[in-house]
Amino acid sequence: MISSKLRQKWAVTLLAWSVALLLAFPVFWIVLTGFKTETEAISRVPHFFFHPTLENYQAVGERANYFHFAWNSIVVSLGSTFLALLLAIPCSYAMAFFPTKRTKDTLLWMLSTKMMPSVGVLVPIYLIFRDTGLLDTKTGLLAIDAMLNLPIIIWMLYTFFKEVPREVLEAARMDGAGPLRELYDLLLPLSMPGIASTSLLAIILAWNEAFWSLTLTAAKAAPLTAFIASFSSPEGLFYAKLSAASTMAIAPILLLGWASQKQLVRGLTFGAVK
Amino acid sequence: MIISDQELSQNVVPATATRRKSWRDSVGVLSLKTPAISALFIWSIIPLLMTIWFSFRRYNLMAPDRTGFDGLGNYRYLLTDPSLALAIWNTVLLVGSVLAITIGLGTLLAVLFDQEFFGRGIARLLVLAPFFIMPTVSALVWKNMLMNPDNGFLAFTMRSVGLKPINWFGVAPLTAVIIIVAWQWLPFAVLTLLTAVQSLDGERKEAARMDGAGPIAMFRYIIWPHLGRAIAATTMIESIFFLAIFAEIYVTTSGGPGFASTNLSFLIYRYALMEYDVGGASVAGLVAIVLANILALFLMRSFARNLDA
Repeated sequence: MISSKLRQKWAVTLLAWSVALLLAFPVFWIVLTGFKTETEAISRVPHFFFHPTLENYQAVGERANYFHFAWNSIVVSLGSTFLALLLAIPCSYAMAFFPTKRTKDTLLWMLSTKMMPSVGVLVPIYLIFRDTGLLDTKTGLLAIDAMLNLPIIIWMLYTFFKEVPREVLEAARMDGAGPLRELYDLLLPLSMPGIASTSLLAIILAWNEAFWSLTLTAAKAAPLTAFIASFSSPEGLFYAKLSAASTMAIAPILLLGWASQKQLVRGLTFGAVK
Repeated sequence: MIISDQELSQNVVPATATRRKSWRDSVGVLSLKTPAISALFIWSIIPLLMTIWFSFRRYNLMAPDRTGFDGLGNYRYLLTDPSLALAIWNTVLLVGSVLAITIGLGTLLAVLFDQEFFGRGIARLLVLAPFFIMPTVSALVWKNMLMNPDNGFLAFTMRSVGLKPINWFGVAPLTAVIIIVAWQWLPFAVLTLLTAVQSLDGERKEAARMDGAGPIAMFRYIIWPHLGRAIAATTMIESIFFLAIFAEIYVTTSGGPGFASTNLSFLIYRYALMEYDVGGASVAGLVAIVLANILALFLMRSFARNLDA
């Protein structure tokens, strides 16, 4: 009886790990290739064992000006998240604690703005950016990313605020605290974990955002997503260097993503799956 | 009958809140909501109105002096352009196939990763990894290092087992894009559905097992009905993202060969920033918006129902 159960567990282990390794293989392959020489990287027979080299990392850091683009990514993803939180926190607070008849409709309307395909408004946004000098600026991309993530952030914070025990806030209200005092002194500290995971998700989404990065930025304000895309030109294609640059671009987000996997579901499904 | 604290407070608080709600408070509350709502309103309405306006105008960025009202000229031009029909068809194929793959495989894998096995935590992290890779990296790596017919890893694998390597982007560009996008989004489906499977309480599963339900009956009668809501949510979110797929095509095929892998997003990009035809791009943009709204209407309805449940 016990041995058949154990055998089943081993079978599941084998199957599940095969699937996991297969799915993760491309990621593993990127990291590995980053430590090869270019000759090894383009070999027809893949090298699994080789003398690792750091020359690609050096080359990407020195010649490709990697850190300029990394800095753009950091500014845009952190800045857009901060801006969106600034707008979202008061809004979610008001909707969670002072609901009106229209609150549900407002939430659904916000969700519906996410349905608008970005590409449908590419032309006007491009022209507005061109005429206001926002093309290829970090400010412009930052504002767009903030707007893209705002509905997700409001929804997520709304579901977190809903979970704060109402007695606590009620007690404060009895003591005469106004809505703003209540928000800053009580709710924010209480829901810090929720705000933190919301921010993580927003940073991940902004970091990986590609459509507006590719269409609105160039050499000056391009984040890493657009920088990596520049490797696709035939004359610039070096597998090992591409891999080294990619590894540096995905590593921080992979770690953040793994850390926030539970909240990720809740955020991206607008609280429908927790 | 026990009333939980939560239910009690939910019944009491709104009443108190209403009683204490003064005129000053409601103005305060409104001012808390206004910045976010107006920002979103401006972001969602002004570009849309501009797209509609441009769609009736003759406007090419290369010939800025030749502008004017064009009536339905852009519409006539675009709606008879065979590339539009092809792009819509490609979009439908892309969205449909990736949805089928990710939801289908995702359900199976969610059930698999719900089982007890050795190293489950780490295996789950591995499955999740592709989702966090930025789209341009995924697409470039798949195109050059995995699917390259000469020195790609897939070509090596196929040669090792005696098959002829496939020139993915030459013969089946859209299939190649579908594979890449499915790889990126399968983890999301697995994660969402796994979360849903786990929220199914153990007692019901145990009871079914006691009644002699085998793995298939268990899936059919216990797990599957429970997954409905999660599948609806996953379908909705994925559709939003799949309709807008752009980067994966931009760095791999540029929509080619010909229009073989051009979806609606890429067609609009082609019109707008490669041919500088603002009017044409705007009409195509409206087509994309209409398409998204048809889908959204259907999905939002099921979503609103779930919200009440």
